[in-house]
Amino acid sequence: MLNNKGRPTQPTVDSNVDDSLETFTGNKGLELETPLIFEQGVPGRIGVDMADPKPVKSRLGGLERKESVGLPDLSEPQVLRHFVRLSRQNYAIDAGFYPLGSCTMKHNPRINEKVARLAGLGDLHPMQPTSTVQGALELIDDLAHWLKTITGMPAVTMSPAAGAHGELCGVMAIRAAHEANGEVRTRILVPESAHGTNPATAALCGYKVEAVPARADGRMDLDAFAEKLGPDVAGVMLTNPNTCGLFETDVKRIADLVHEIGGYFYCDGANLNAILGRVRPGDLGVDAMHINLHKTFSTPHGGGGPGAGPVVFSEGLAAFAPVPYVIQGENGFELVEQVEGDAAQSFGRMKGFHGQMGMFIRALAYMQSHGADGLRQIAEDAVLNANYIRVSLDDKLHSSFAGICMHEALFDDSTLKGTGVTTLDLAKAMIDEGFHPMTMYFPLVVHGAMLIEPTESESRQTLDQFIGAMRYLLDKATAGETDYFLSAPHFSPRRRLDETGAARNPVLRWIPDESADANEKTSVSAAS
Amino acid sequence: MSYKFTEDHEWVLLEGEVATIGISDYAQGQLGDVVYVEVPTIGDEITKGDELAVVESVKAASEVYSPVSGEIIDVNSELEGAPTKVNEDAMDSGWFAKIKVSNSSDLDDLMDEAAYKAFLQGLDE
Amino acid sequence: MLARVGVKSIDDLFADIPEEARLTDLLDLPLHESEMVVEKNFRTLAAKNLSPYSTPCFLGAGAYQHHVPSVADHIIQRSEFLTAYTPYQPEISQGTLQALFEFQTQVALITGMEVANASMYDGATSCAEAVLMACRVTRRKKAVISGNLHPHYRDVTRTTLQFTEFETIDLPTAAAGIENFDDHINSDIACVVVQNPDFFGRIQDLTALADKCHEAGVLLVVVVNEVVSLGAIKSPGEMGADIVAGEGQSIGVPLSYGGPYVGLLATRQKFVRQMPGRLCGQTVDQDGKRGFVLTLSTREQHIRREKATSNICTNAGLCSLAFTIHMSLLGEAGFTKLASLNHSQAVTLAEKLEAIDGVSLLNDTFFNEFTLRLPANAAEIVEKLATKGVLGGVPVSRLIPKEPDMANLLLVAATETCSTADMDDFVVALKEVLGC
Repeated sequence: MLNNKGRPTQPTVDSNVDDSLETFTGNKGLELETPLIFEQGVPGRIGVDMADPKPVKSRLGGLERKESVGLPDLSEPQVLRHFVRLSRQNYAIDAGFYPLGSCTMKHNPRINEKVARLAGLGDLHPMQPTSTVQGALELIDDLAHWLKTITGMPAVTMSPAAGAHGELCGVMAIRAAHEANGEVRTRILVPESAHGTNPATAALCGYKVEAVPARADGRMDLDAFAEKLGPDVAGVMLTNPNTCGLFETDVKRIADLVHEIGGYFYCDGANLNAILGRVRPGDLGVDAMHINLHKTFSTPHGGGGPGAGPVVFSEGLAAFAPVPYVIQGENGFELVEQVEGDAAQSFGRMKGFHGQMGMFIRALAYMQSHGADGLRQIAEDAVLNANYIRVSLDDKLHSSFAGICMHEALFDDSTLKGTGVTTLDLAKAMIDEGFHPMTMYFPLVVHGAMLIEPTESESRQTLDQFIGAMRYLLDKATAGETDYFLSAPHFSPRRRLDETGAARNPVLRWIPDESADANEKTSVSAAS
Repeated sequence: MSYKFTEDHEWVLLEGEVATIGISDYAQGQLGDVVYVEVPTIGDEITKGDELAVVESVKAASEVYSPVSGEIIDVNSELEGAPTKVNEDAMDSGWFAKIKVSNSSDLDDLMDEAAYKAFLQGLDE
Repeated sequence: MLARVGVKSIDDLFADIPEEARLTDLLDLPLHESEMVVEKNFRTLAAKNLSPYSTPCFLGAGAYQHHVPSVADHIIQRSEFLTAYTPYQPEISQGTLQALFEFQTQVALITGMEVANASMYDGATSCAEAVLMACRVTRRKKAVISGNLHPHYRDVTRTTLQFTEFETIDLPTAAAGIENFDDHINSDIACVVVQNPDFFGRIQDLTALADKCHEAGVLLVVVVNEVVSLGAIKSPGEMGADIVAGEGQSIGVPLSYGGPYVGLLATRQKFVRQMPGRLCGQTVDQDGKRGFVLTLSTREQHIRREKATSNICTNAGLCSLAFTIHMSLLGEAGFTKLASLNHSQAVTLAEKLEAIDGVSLLNDTFFNEFTLRLPANAAEIVEKLATKGVLGGVPVSRLIPKEPDMANLLLVAATETCSTADMDDFVVALKEVLGC
């Protein structure tokens, strides 16, 4: 039906449009495809303008590269368009709700990006004389002060590059401390709900990992823990709040017990966001804890990094911290870069140079923007949001553990039992609703786990929309609309991908010519 | 000559002093699409309970523990190129390794087929 | 919201915290500040530093001053890349995944290797992971480390291995000459680790060393901490490397006082299951469209836990994207031209500096960085140069202290960012400081 006063307002064809209609280009309106960068090159193009090299007598010692590298040549607008198109195939926190449990996907303020790029901060060379970087060292020292104050711990080491790297740093300090004591300890206790990095870290430090079961209320079983303690136990690695989103109520008892046998308490600080300004880990008996600046202090996740994982230490472990660190000397700030003198007990070095400065700048900007008052409110709002989700869904989903949760709500998949819909299928349907799915199948101790962490960044309106969508989907699943879920997502840049094919026959890079064949082959096996 | 099973879902088939080891049909079903199998080295000595092989599906990796002690005399090298065999034919051509058994009493405490079936039924409940 | 949750006050939500540990007052920290004030705070801090981009700068030693194209910094600030998490939901993460696949391919191409992973934290940690990987592949327990490996890389590797069943054999620094590895290569050794160009800037042909290693079943790990050099010199793969561990900062990543950077790790296809870190692989979706996923994740800690190849989880995502964009802009023509420009800059500078009385060049070969022997203590000279606004290189003693032989050695780098005027300022300032 045509509007006779102007353009048509309704489709001229039957409204039963088949959405699998193909276009000539493969694009669909604003959904723009882009081939691999290697498939777009035209020899002779270049995307960077630079001076011609002056002819000189080569000092390469006859080792000049003779073979071509194999890189494609492209112009600047081509490259720009390629990556803009790619970016549009990504979900991101700036675009929508990203309740990925244990990942703390909070708003990343842009002031952080701005100050990280200031001339005199973002462009400093790590080997400049310290006399020319006093502002940078002051910044590191200031951030260290904030971290020590927030956690109530006397010392901090800044260089670890991420959470797992921080764990390694903490457990290495524990091992170094035992060795300095002349003690050989062989076991480290880790709750069975722990993140996989914990046992991987303990193993890298030469410790045998022993899992401690959880109680019915989701906390570590104190009796089982006490039973496993002995003079050969180096320490415990405990996440608090734990991976089930619960505060370990016996935390002080756990600390006392491990200290009684001469062990140390490593706290995985991944979930620090929930307790900022409400409790200091130092008051709970913690000896070492890493802090994920990319979770709690809003440095962007960047598609998987970079992060930063400073580690706070108790007095007993501080001497074993790795180099480098900043001290205040007679002529201003100085860097201790070698294992000698006052740093003679240091267990070594974790990383080139001095740490993730770019992340330090962003995290400090975030802290200053929030202050002591704002930091406390972060924890309060994050915990309130998580509990709001918990109570708004617990008639439809089964909460794994009763009672108040901290910053994330954990459900199991019992509601879906018998529907033929799995947690994974539900997650894929959430994609169609415009949300990033929650964390699935973690922690491992809960069947078909769904771990939802809203963070403090989200408004009640967003939470209500999410809750509404979840309830709608759960009703649909229990009403028997299984196929809808099995074929989800329907509206994403790609449908479900053949992960089995990818793992059986790994294609990890583009290869000229052959790549087309490889592509064909996988299509065939996927279709068969 | 009959299959014996462990509670970790490995099977053993003893012919003379040579035991063939694999994982049960139930186990392959639980793992899902197997994408890679790491088999042991021929000639290695292995003790009952040690890790014999690793089976990987897309989302999980499981250790296969040796139900017997002895010397590894053969491995199923075909699995490297065709891990699907474990899914398709777990109880036969999807075998992992052959071990020259040093003590055949290792098999005494394993389940026979009927007992394993009952064991699986217990798991489902 | 509190009513819906069924509590009277916010405090009720924190009732699980032991009462005696609960904070009642605010932390002893300043209160929140406006964006304007925060920006001013950082400008104040920045003003206390000397920006190498505003002054003649010849610093290297593992981090190099290069021009970062504006497109690279613009794209990595797009929300869709900046604020996405690890691509665990591939249907809505194809942007990150395809970029990673392109990154892996670029790294494999420039290093001359078959495959590369999706990045490590930095060059030093990548080197340590390469050694662990070599131990797993060979099932051997000792790694021989060249004395001319960047000292931070050597220290990080030793630190990482110290509590494992593996150990390093650290050879002494050999500033003046070529090292001889023959006595150390045997069937107990997992790998030999060498840097090329080495810490002092010297370029070596590693082909013969690779052959010797392979005869004994030893892997050759080649460390590259100036990736631009790969545009000018024979690739480690061509020389027979089994694993390449590199620092990718020079391509697309700002200096940022030492981090975050991007660790590169490349190897042969047959070792890929022993490789640490994330890997992106090509596959198809259910409609048959090409797509990408994280793959072989069973090597990783979240599945293998204590049996994982490494504990690495977060990597250098956004820095690897910056690398990919910059490398795409360069292409074959640009990458090789950039390398050749860097070399010509360094040769030009070396000739100018060598002409100064008492100053001699330690290296016979180099790419964009070389070592000078000064007639005085290099650390003191560098301080004096800094007061004249010249960042005149890195004294070797800062990284290798307590070696009297090294006290007068100065590492000097020249990249495309130095102008002729910068070089001349350096020469004048150095002459003044040396009193000649």
